[in-house]
Amino acid sequence: MRLNRVLRMSAAVVAAGLALSACGGGGSDAGSGSSGAKNLVAKAKNDKKLTIGIKFDQPGLGQKQSDGSYAGFDVDVAKYIAKELGVEESGITWKEAQSAQREDLIKKGEVDFIVATYSITDKRKNDVSFAGPYFIAHQDLLVRADSTDITGPESLTGNKKLCSVKGSTPAQNVKEKYAKEVQLEERGKYTDCVTSLLNKTVDAMTTDDVILAGYAAQQPGKLKLVGKGFTDEKYGVGLKKDDTESVTAINNAIKKMQQDGAWKAALEKNVGPSGYKIPEPPAIS
Amino acid sequence: MSTLFDFLDNPNYDLLGAFWMTIKLTFFSAIGSLIWGTILVGMRVSPVPIMRAFGTAYVNIFRNTPLTVIIVFTSLGLSSTLGINLASADSTTSLEDNAFRLAILGFIAYTATFVCESLRSGINTVPVGQAEAARALGLGFLQVLTLIVLPQAFRSVIAPLTNVMIALLKNTTVASIIGVAEASLLMSDMIENESDSLLLVFLIFAVGFVILVLPLGLLLGWVAKKVEVKR
Repeated sequence: MRLNRVLRMSAAVVAAGLALSACGGGGSDAGSGSSGAKNLVAKAKNDKKLTIGIKFDQPGLGQKQSDGSYAGFDVDVAKYIAKELGVEESGITWKEAQSAQREDLIKKGEVDFIVATYSITDKRKNDVSFAGPYFIAHQDLLVRADSTDITGPESLTGNKKLCSVKGSTPAQNVKEKYAKEVQLEERGKYTDCVTSLLNKTVDAMTTDDVILAGYAAQQPGKLKLVGKGFTDEKYGVGLKKDDTESVTAINNAIKKMQQDGAWKAALEKNVGPSGYKIPEPPAIS
Repeated sequence: MSTLFDFLDNPNYDLLGAFWMTIKLTFFSAIGSLIWGTILVGMRVSPVPIMRAFGTAYVNIFRNTPLTVIIVFTSLGLSSTLGINLASADSTTSLEDNAFRLAILGFIAYTATFVCESLRSGINTVPVGQAEAARALGLGFLQVLTLIVLPQAFRSVIAPLTNVMIALLKNTTVASIIGVAEASLLMSDMIENESDSLLLVFLIFAVGFVILVLPLGLLLGWVAKKVEVKR
């Protein structure tokens, strides 16, 4: 890749320029919220307040309701953790954590922790610490209820059309593994994919099964999950890097939630209506 | 230094392919919008009231609609809902081709209005005597426009048209929302995977666009100087 080297050189030059003119940004400021407490656990204990990042637009996981409240499995997990740390629901400030901004929100201290379908990856561990996993999702397929010929990823032959969100990991998996057999339509939002699926522009949409279950629950009787997961996505709770004490505290909260039945109840309430099979809770790593 | 950019070695990051798609989008949209924009300006200065009305209405509607709305409409509105597809449904690349062509259609519809308005200001630089002389020679409206007025108008608006083309090049990033695999779509992939080097990702794409836009601006600036009408 000779040309990539050229690109690297030019990028390096610009990077140097940026650094010189001190507009590089990304400075590692070690601000820790408003209270100046040294970690999340102490802050929760002292202030009785937490700012938590969630998704606002994922039915079944984290969604802003029309009355301004928030509902979903991620939201329930976040509430449970907050309660274990001594913060009541009234002390929680919810903040939208869009996928691309998650590391940034944590680094800048704009949120104390994030529960937003946040997959644990090695790259992300360079920037944030993870507690959990509190859930393991698998990439799956969502099809129309009357569809019979798609039974799993191996049945994606014969020029099937598949929809996913641009830039997302599931979309990239499809590009890597199934690009020969299927056509991938990349959209801006999952709801666009649901639209395409319902009006038969595409044959299936793909992302993590629990996210798909949320959409299936929204469209009762029209869509169904194939139920052949083909990857493992470990959802973790993201928080400031190297805050080990808080990681332990959150892990304990997750364990407790799994043991006292609240974990299962939350899943059943939020994604159960889609016929999604509730899995066993994952072991905390 | 080089370790910073190691993630570029990922075989899934086809930078050149992505920017090539950007160039293709820009090229076809530029040709299309120049042609459609010229037809529109002909309508706007024509002696036929209904044509003038259509041209004015078209320009005002499309110029004041956000490009994002237009592009999403081509995909969700034209293609998904109304079933107007620009690629045969059986081909193995029908989704790609369809998205690509719909995006170009959207860019042409939008950019042509700016081309039209630039040209109309160019027409105003052509002295009225020119058109009058042409009429006196017995040329009809179309002949006056195509032989006398437009050639002079074009030469005086290369500079504003350059701006329109540069804006078009950067606007092509909007096509990623309907799944055209151009530069900004690859950027979303990288942002998802390379959370620890976001600034570099942005930088690479910013530099990529600078590399595309600078020569375009310089070239067209030079052309503008060459063909300027000295009055």
